[in-house]
Amino acid sequence: MSAAPAAPPPASADPLPPEERYALLLTPPQARSGWRVVPARVAAMCAVELQKLRHDRTELYTRAVQPALWLLIFGETFTRIHAIPTGHVPYLDYLAPGIIAQSAMFIAIFYGIMIIWERDSGVLTKLLVTPTPRAALVTGKAFAAGVKAVIQAVVVIAIAAALGVALTWNPLRLLGVLAVVLLGSAFFSCLSMTIAGIVLTRDRLMGIGQAITMPLFFGSNALYPVSAMPGWLQAVSTANPLSYQVDALRGLLIGTPAHLGTDLAVLVAAAVLGIASAASLLGRLAR
Amino acid sequence: MSPSRHTGGDEPVAAVRCTGLHYAFGSTKAVDGVDLEVEPGEVFGLLGPNGAGKTTTIRAITTLLPVPPGVVGVFGHDAARQRMAVRRLLGYVPQQLSADGSLTGEENVALFARVFDVPRRERAARVAQALDAVGLASAAHRMAATYSGGMVRRLELAQALVSAPRLLILDEPTIGLDPIARDSVWDRITEIRTGTGMTVLVTTHSMEEADQRCDRLALMHRGRIRALGTPAELKAGLTAHRREAGEAEPPPPSLEDVFRHFSGSGLDEPGPDERGEFSDVRRTRRTASRVG
Ligand SMILES: Nc1ncnc2c1ncn2[C@@H]1O[C@H](COP(=O)(O)OP(=O)(O)OP(=O)(O)O)[C@@H](O)[C@H]1O
Ligand SMILES: [Mg+2]
Repeated sequence: MSAAPAAPPPASADPLPPEERYALLLTPPQARSGWRVVPARVAAMCAVELQKLRHDRTELYTRAVQPALWLLIFGETFTRIHAIPTGHVPYLDYLAPGIIAQSAMFIAIFYGIMIIWERDSGVLTKLLVTPTPRAALVTGKAFAAGVKAVIQAVVVIAIAAALGVALTWNPLRLLGVLAVVLLGSAFFSCLSMTIAGIVLTRDRLMGIGQAITMPLFFGSNALYPVSAMPGWLQAVSTANPLSYQVDALRGLLIGTPAHLGTDLAVLVAAAVLGIASAASLLGRLAR
Repeated sequence: MSPSRHTGGDEPVAAVRCTGLHYAFGSTKAVDGVDLEVEPGEVFGLLGPNGAGKTTTIRAITTLLPVPPGVVGVFGHDAARQRMAVRRLLGYVPQQLSADGSLTGEENVALFARVFDVPRRERAARVAQALDAVGLASAAHRMAATYSGGMVRRLELAQALVSAPRLLILDEPTIGLDPIARDSVWDRITEIRTGTGMTVLVTTHSMEEADQRCDRLALMHRGRIRALGTPAELKAGLTAHRREAGEAEPPPPSLEDVFRHFSGSGLDEPGPDERGEFSDVRRTRRTASRVG
């Protein structure tokens, strides 16, 4: 081997010999196995998401603008003109859960851009060479997207409460809200990652994202009840996971009659399906 | 120098074993029949001109590219059938610079500690040691986006070392490092190897590095291994070849002479079946501009 360089190693103030200074780097960590892998990877991805949000909070503020406008302008106006039949529920109250779901979806539907960015910057490649099954990586990313969505939901709930919407404060129901928001954004972020795995470039994904968000939003019960829709739109709404998310949120938050069992079942199935399809396409981004 | 590891039986298991590895991108045969055995504990250098297939070989070993079963083994684990087991043994620094600029150096390393299941109570200390090992302790809390190219390279090495890998795979690790940083990175790798018997598989275009730091070398050209041996053996081989060719007293060759001998002509005088290599230069440039 070569002669050691005369220059001292960096940070040579430390007098410890190398075998102590790097003692921990000599033994590999004990591997988690079985069912504990997925929750651990989910936690790792969520931790990264939170760290990023802590470094740069502008996204949180800018993202609060749109839902605030929906509630303030659209909500207040339509409450006044009584154009939408929402029974005895004031329209603003009816709208609030829809806007929670919508704004969470808007975040999730562009999450695939993160994956493409990570591919381009080499970060994804390195993650794919860690003991992380692809499904666990996708699940981790899906819930990391959920972290943002939950924060967004909290913001919208706060705005709605400030506008006088009669929301529940029952902790169990709020826990249900948390689960529904997480599941919904898991599905939509996996949809986005699936598209990312197909189109492979940022620009195409942006285009598709733009093209599908509005149809998903208007083709759901977020703004108006299904009963007020023409038949063909009702069919779209039935096939749209966003409708089930809104239905569950409405039931939980303002107590309108909801089909919680069906809603949760559909959301879980959609999330599982999304994870499976995104995981199977993730390899395309590595090649 | 190489402590052979045994897995139960008496047969020493190769750190890396490739048997008839092929990989094609469309019609480009990037790797065209590579047989390779890296012994446990050694520093194995993969040399070759741009587009020779070094990175593709490495990506096959790291499970990034799909390979058929029985073709690639890492410490006896099949890269097609036992991917998780293979990945758990690996530390990997890709050719492309790859740190997450929106996280601090420490957070970048901590992510890899997490996904390799480092327990929480040990995580901070382990991350600190990895950063210290590459001389980044004082920059640990800065955003990686503010790092220089060489600092990112060292950060990546810390990410690879934090899990105490048995096989460290480095694709041109010292690109962009100043000579002092390069030596200190290699010294750190050597220190860790003395403690763990870690195997290192490295590609490099620096003949000096190959000569001084590698126990054995493979010279790749157009997807195949053209020469294999210790630096001294390779040089002796070329001397013998020159004698046979009629040179009475050939001057002692350098490793670069060996490289030139096996890689044939330079870029400006392409050989008869030269194909595909220029596109790779372009690809590397694109990578460089994206990162820089
Ligand atoms: N993703 C890809 N798509 C298409 N062709 C590729 C791809 N990656 C590599 N190739 C081709 O495969 C061949 C081998 O490339 P590889 O990256 O393995 O070379 P290398 O030896 O690592 O070169 P360098 O020293 O420039 O890094 C080249 O001809 C290259 O153009
Ligand atoms: Mg390469």
